[in-house]
Amino acid sequence: MAGVPIDLQLLNLCAALLLLLSFAMLAQRRIVNLVNLLALQGALLLCATLLLAWRTGQAHLYVSALLTLALKVLFLPWLLHRLIRRLQVYWDSEPLLNIPVTMLAGLAVVVFAFGLAQPISALGSTATRNSIGIALAVVLLSFITMITRRKAMSQVVGFLSMENGLFFGAMSATYGMPMVVEFGVALDVLVAVLVLGVFFFQIREQFDSLDLQHLEKLREEAAAAGGGGNTSGGDN
Amino acid sequence: MIPLIHSPLSACLTLLAAWGLLGLAGLLRPRSLRLAGRTLFPLGALCGVALALVALLALFSPVEQRTLLLGLPDLPMHMRLDPLASVFLFLLGIVSAGISVFAAGYFRRGPGTPPGLLCLQYHLFLASMGLVLLADDAYTFMVAWEVMALSSYFLVTTQHALAEIRRAGFIYLLIAHLGATCVLLSFGVMQGGSWQFTFDAMRAAHLTAPWASAAFLLALAGFGAKAGLAPLHVWLPEAHPAAPSPVSALMSGVMLKTAVYGMLRVSFDLLGHPQWWWGLVPLALGLFTALFGAVFAAVQTDMKRLLAWSSIENLGIIFGALGLALVFRESGMLALASLALIALLYHSLNHACIKSLLFLGTGAVLHSTGERSLGRLGGLIHRMPWVAWLTLIGALALSGLPPLNGFISEWLLLQAFLFAHEVPRPFVNMLLPLGAALLALAAALAAYVMVKFFGVTFLGQPREAALARARDAGILERIGLVWLALACLALALLPTQIITALRPVLMELGGVAVSGTSPWWLLAPVPGRQVSYAPLVFLLVIVMTVLVTALAMRLFYHHRTRLARAWDCGFGALTARMQDTAEGFGQPIRHIFSSFFMMTRELPSPFDRSPHYRVVVHDRIWQTLYLPLTSVVQRATDSVAWLQRGRIAAYLLYSFVTLVVLLALML
Repeated sequence: MAGVPIDLQLLNLCAALLLLLSFAMLAQRRIVNLVNLLALQGALLLCATLLLAWRTGQAHLYVSALLTLALKVLFLPWLLHRLIRRLQVYWDSEPLLNIPVTMLAGLAVVVFAFGLAQPISALGSTATRNSIGIALAVVLLSFITMITRRKAMSQVVGFLSMENGLFFGAMSATYGMPMVVEFGVALDVLVAVLVLGVFFFQIREQFDSLDLQHLEKLREEAAAAGGGGNTSGGDN
Repeated sequence: MIPLIHSPLSACLTLLAAWGLLGLAGLLRPRSLRLAGRTLFPLGALCGVALALVALLALFSPVEQRTLLLGLPDLPMHMRLDPLASVFLFLLGIVSAGISVFAAGYFRRGPGTPPGLLCLQYHLFLASMGLVLLADDAYTFMVAWEVMALSSYFLVTTQHALAEIRRAGFIYLLIAHLGATCVLLSFGVMQGGSWQFTFDAMRAAHLTAPWASAAFLLALAGFGAKAGLAPLHVWLPEAHPAAPSPVSALMSGVMLKTAVYGMLRVSFDLLGHPQWWWGLVPLALGLFTALFGAVFAAVQTDMKRLLAWSSIENLGIIFGALGLALVFRESGMLALASLALIALLYHSLNHACIKSLLFLGTGAVLHSTGERSLGRLGGLIHRMPWVAWLTLIGALALSGLPPLNGFISEWLLLQAFLFAHEVPRPFVNMLLPLGAALLALAAALAAYVMVKFFGVTFLGQPREAALARARDAGILERIGLVWLALACLALALLPTQIITALRPVLMELGGVAVSGTSPWWLLAPVPGRQVSYAPLVFLLVIVMTVLVTALAMRLFYHHRTRLARAWDCGFGALTARMQDTAEGFGQPIRHIFSSFFMMTRELPSPFDRSPHYRVVVHDRIWQTLYLPLTSVVQRATDSVAWLQRGRIAAYLLYSFVTLVVLLALML
């Protein structure tokens, strides 16, 4: 590592910390902590973007760093904290899989992601191309976070963390997406979270809980309605 | 405006755009009946007349092609106006003009789609049908075809509050999509590896025999689904009673003809290298459908359902004619192929005018009585003379009686069938004349159906007291009916001129001109054979006979009059309920063709104080084809239903696994 310049080393450190944070999120059962971890992930992403912007001198990366700061470090965590306070959900219930098994699955996913990223990194020309595997791993780990949680709130955190991973992947592969796309994605995330916030209130009003198990009831009704529709075809 | 109409094609496109704009104008005040009914629909009718005139002009102009600047990137829309398209555009213009005027007076306040929106859907429907006829590449054709299906679906489900109507609409949409998929696949085969989807590229493509046959059969399935060819006819008897009458008229009169156009376009224009057996498939299917439709029409008790089955019958005849023309062409008998083609085009024009007229007539009856069931109508000729007499013209024409127009096309087709024994193929030449027998049977049954339709509705005594309040149609509705009746009369009295006008189409489709040297009043379609028909002479004879009889009555009548109740044969104790009903009239057919039907009957016992008789006639195809199919689909879906857990975690897991598998495939 002696020949690697210091800024690149810092970037790699950021990437490694991102991955570590993903594992932390996978293991975390308190929703408040989960949101804090998400904010921390956003901050690391901000650092990585700034470093990359300084290194490559691309102006649009500064803009996207600003966007990251405003949206992922400040606004969304604040919004989620506020939601948690208003909905009184500080704890997640027992996850669907126990934590050690989830961590083992996460390990397997990371190995898979790195193996997958190797040929892509070989093709890449950017200085940060080795981080693509990490970005991919972050995406998949966030996915697992979403799968193994019961509470709607943790799913949203997983969703946002997945977006972080995608953002990091785009950055390390091609120095960031075009500005238009980035703005579009930022807006999408914002809207998605706002809409989900509204949904939380609706879900709680309906079921007195944010536990997604209650949504499974909806399926039986749908199946009954579908069956009724299908059998009516032959009476003519 | 002037540069827009310097050629027939641009004039057509301008008129189609005008239809679209009229539709959009309806959205300005969607609740206003006055705007849509009194302004936009009559303007749409004017556009229809103009379109008919332009199409007539284009029939004698050279073929015109143009690439529009509209469309997707690298997929501009190609337009082409040739004689074949002109004939169908003419049909669209003439028929839609009458229907639009009628519709202007027809739509009332009430539940369902508001008039402005209805106006948009209606004019979009018209414009898309025009675009189907003008399209010169598969992309434009499919877009127009689907817009046509969707806009008509929304028109069918105007009264979407009723579950029955939503169900009819769903069946229609389902079959329409099935058909569209087949058409799309057919185009996919016809491009023949060039991946150029213009029709020019398809004409130039060289297909091997199996692929060409596949394209032909796919097109037959696709267009047959739209035309109501058995066994894909099930949507027709459901959708027509559900739709408002002008929409039924438009669908039956014009939309079904776009399927005929599509089939003609594919089989005579786009597909080269035909196989000899191609014609036999539409011929057999068409004749079977014709008989099937006629038999079912005879046992219906709902006016619009009866007319829908009759449409199935007529489209069967048209597809039979198409098959016969293909058989003749493959045998090199171009004169007879042309004869069958003329019968086909003539019957398309006839059926468009007649069936629209009849559907509009049922619409007028429906509005003034609120009744669609024949069992509750009767005696309306006294209350609604305009509608009754104009409907009588349509009914006589559809029965195939001279001197009206239905006779001419059926006669021409029968002539073509009678020469079919000259086809130089064993078995085919023996079996084809049987087609003439089937056709004659279907035509006779059609006449039976029309007697029932007209007689039960308009003649005899009113079966319900409420019918006394029935009033005749309004002025706009009358204009629409008269327009279509006049079109029928023109088709009836000027066959020679019309057949001469169809000559460019025959030339385009590879036939030869027929009816060359006969005098203008005499129709002699096959040169050198002793068959001819003179409609004017026929009409003159009928008129003379009637006049002479009337005069003789005046002269020799003894002038002693006695007043008595009508139709009670001097018995005096008859009630209106004792008249022959639609069920009773159809009973012999139900008996003779009982193997066609599935009947459920409830017969009263002799000791029943309040006897109750109920008979429901089902289409066997539901039992033999559709229900097994739905149960197979149901079982298949049940077997994968466990995938649907209703758990978000499970769904996320599916996405995750899909993602990982796709990534692993890339590895």
